[in-house]
Amino acid sequence: MDNINLALAVVFQLCQSLLVVALAPLLTGWVGQCRAWLQNRSGPGLLQPYRTLHKLFLKEALLADNASPLFRATPYILFGCMWLAAAIIPIIAVDLPFSQAADVIALVGVFALARVFIALAAMDIGTSFGSMGARREMLVSFLAEPALLMVFFTSSLISQSTQLPHIVETFSHHAFVLYPSLAFASIAFLMILLAENARIPVDNPATHLELTMIHEAMILEYSARHLALIEWASSLKLFAYMTIGFALFFPYGIAEVGNWGALPLAIVALLLKLTAAGAGLAGLEAMLAKMRIFRVPEFLGTAFLLAVLGLLIHFLLGA
Amino acid sequence: MSLTLSTQIINLLAAILLLIAFAMISQRRILSLINLFALQGLILTVSTCVVAYSTAQHHLYYSAALTLLLKVLMLPWLLHRLIRKLNIKWDVETLINIPTTMLAGIALVIFSFDLAAPISQLTDSVTRGLIGIALASVLLSLLMMLTRRKAVSQVVGFLSLENGLFFAATSATHGMPLVVELGIALDVLVATFIFGIFFFQIRETFDSLDISHMETLKDD
Repeated sequence: MDNINLALAVVFQLCQSLLVVALAPLLTGWVGQCRAWLQNRSGPGLLQPYRTLHKLFLKEALLADNASPLFRATPYILFGCMWLAAAIIPIIAVDLPFSQAADVIALVGVFALARVFIALAAMDIGTSFGSMGARREMLVSFLAEPALLMVFFTSSLISQSTQLPHIVETFSHHAFVLYPSLAFASIAFLMILLAENARIPVDNPATHLELTMIHEAMILEYSARHLALIEWASSLKLFAYMTIGFALFFPYGIAEVGNWGALPLAIVALLLKLTAAGAGLAGLEAMLAKMRIFRVPEFLGTAFLLAVLGLLIHFLLGA
Repeated sequence: MSLTLSTQIINLLAAILLLIAFAMISQRRILSLINLFALQGLILTVSTCVVAYSTAQHHLYYSAALTLLLKVLMLPWLLHRLIRKLNIKWDVETLINIPTTMLAGIALVIFSFDLAAPISQLTDSVTRGLIGIALASVLLSLLMMLTRRKAVSQVVGFLSLENGLFFAATSATHGMPLVVELGIALDVLVATFIFGIFFFQIRETFDSLDISHMETLKDD
């Protein structure tokens, strides 16, 4: 019996990992399409990210003369980190075998690892744009990371565990309780999501306007399959952040391991949630204006403040 | 942990109140500041109603109605009129270093939560956890009055301080006697009228509502 359960769990894990990699560009395409609709454009269609990836994989990769091995390795590391993160998060089922490997703090570490490598690779070639992008990325992320940790701590305090499956289980199986602390944490998490995924108001993923870009400045030197992997990793990162948000604040509809019947329902629930969240993200982006880079610390300071307030309110009210 | 739904709602509203206090600290625009103040009054009204319902204290409905009338409708309207007449509706205040102020605010919150912990042990009311939040919003309003330089935002700070006190009274002792509440409401109303007159006087004398001009008392 145990063996069957384990086998099932492994199948679920594989299923989830493949689904995530396949779906991540679709999510990016959906957000882009929603943005286009909101801006009264017809939009490139949902499948545009796949077409871009296909095109990039067919091209010949060009490298700068002074590129070090680090520069070549970074896209693979980046993709691997994001895939690993997506495998840890309970997306369609709780208690997957892989999620025991790391808790939320390690998850933040995985994101940090990817960030260090992309920043190093950006500075590797020695162009001024690359260094500028790396510096800005570090500015944004060193402010976002503590706030993200605080959000995780709030949920961990409520569920008494830093393991994501355990957190999800606590929230999805208990009677409905209003948690003021989680309300704060969710707003903070939304702000962090915007900042970490290079979204408006912090960065605009659709622009190559040199003076304002952060993420795009770092990957200017990449081409072909390297660029494709980086783009794919960015989609995966957005996907991972959104599913972390679902896991922490809206875990309903997730399947148990061994419960085959709940799997289609879980996938449908996931798709519905992603559709809603993607449209919401696009709407948010359409409403906000990109802020000056020197306002970003203020923005992320507010996120940190909200997360800390959530933590404090949990201690005071016990909820 | 078995909290009733009304307690949960009150807790959530208290948290929102605290959030509004922080939003006020970081708000640059005077117009938005007044709108935030009106929102604070509205949250206060709802939370008073919920406390009244859950504890069956009927006199609290009166004070909720008073809050709605005075703090959501009357005072914001007065302030809106004032800033329109003073022609400072779109004024933007230059605030120095919002993140530092926010950090000071967090320190104040921790301080007041710590201070309120022994007090809340004394009562077994459903709302005992809220004394800390009420104290924190009082202190945050004080902080806002300290950091602001425009007279209007200082007055908004004063009024939101009164809101915090009112919230403390509702959450700790299920409200003050109605006579006291009426007296305070009248005081606040009169104070706002007098502040309005002061605004005009200050502007006439100094050509600006920046109160740092009042630090030099001599004519140059």
